[in-house]
Amino acid sequence: MTDHTAAAHEHEHPTVRAYLMVYAALMVLLVATVGLAFLDLHVNFLVSMIIAVIKATMVILIFMHVRYNEKLVWIFAGASLLWLIILLGLTLNDYQTRGWLNILGK
Amino acid sequence: MSTHEVSAREAKHAHGHEHESGHLAHHFETLDQQSKSATLGMWTFLATEVMFFGGLFGGYAVYRAINPESFALASRQLNVALGSINTFFLLTSSLTMALAVHAGQTSNRKGQVRFLLLTMLLGATFLGIKAYEYYEEFEKGLIPGLHFNSKGVLQFPTSFSELAVRRTQLFFIFYFFMTGLHATHMVIGLGVLGTLAVLAHRGHYSEEYYTPLELSGLYWHFVDIVWIFLFPLLYLIDLHK
Repeated sequence: MTDHTAAAHEHEHPTVRAYLMVYAALMVLLVATVGLAFLDLHVNFLVSMIIAVIKATMVILIFMHVRYNEKLVWIFAGASLLWLIILLGLTLNDYQTRGWLNILGK
Repeated sequence: MSTHEVSAREAKHAHGHEHESGHLAHHFETLDQQSKSATLGMWTFLATEVMFFGGLFGGYAVYRAINPESFALASRQLNVALGSINTFFLLTSSLTMALAVHAGQTSNRKGQVRFLLLTMLLGATFLGIKAYEYYEEFEKGLIPGLHFNSKGVLQFPTSFSELAVRRTQLFFIFYFFMTGLHATHMVIGLGVLGTLAVLAHRGHYSEEYYTPLELSGLYWHFVDIVWIFLFPLLYLIDLHK
């Protein structure tokens, strides 16, 4: 019996309803990101990136089943995000701060 | 004692019968363990893909930060309407891909084939529109190289330095490389999905075993996510100005 419940838990899948709701949200955000790009918000770049991150997060959690997977998958997915942040963060950190000090060959 | 042995053997037989489909490789204990290992392997591959695209995004970020006005000027030459429609097609293809995997989980053979073909159709439409966009940009003379902007489509304000003028060409180098690499992934994806559609039609995938559907779904969604970031970064730069 315990075996049965364990198996049922392992095979927990998102429903079609969940997929459709994510899709509807993606469509709303697509319209929002195009529409907002035409308005002067002063922080247009930031807004478009926040919308993209929300869209990507929904795809990762629901479409890619990370929300329904075990911790190890979370860690692997999170590790790629961590390395991406290091890659982009340290690269930009270098380029953005080069002019700060008056060093030859900067 | 003997009845106990018999029932134990029967139980073992029943257990073995469950895996008679031949999907279980000998180095795994159960199908569940096998599918979990495969999922983890796919995520490891996707992590390397994140690094692969990450380098391009990093290069893009560095040069856009140095010459934002060059990138904005160059970006105006892209077709925002077609880019938006393409984003719509790609997001929709992610939904149909998720539904194809769901059809696998519920042993719905017809649903698997139908949604795989629908995903391929949407993906092919995306590539067709992308090819038309490339054609438009070719016609405008925006292919990086000796004849870049030979038709004078890009009008540079007098405030632009010589370097800023040259950086508009850099935008198009990033544009063609990033969208080209993305399109290459989609072409590979179409091949994978086509193979899956044939196998699904032959009844290879069921509730018990649908790992190839699951892993290909992960790949397709990853390619979708890359586009989710490419679209605003390339098409929507300073549109309000």
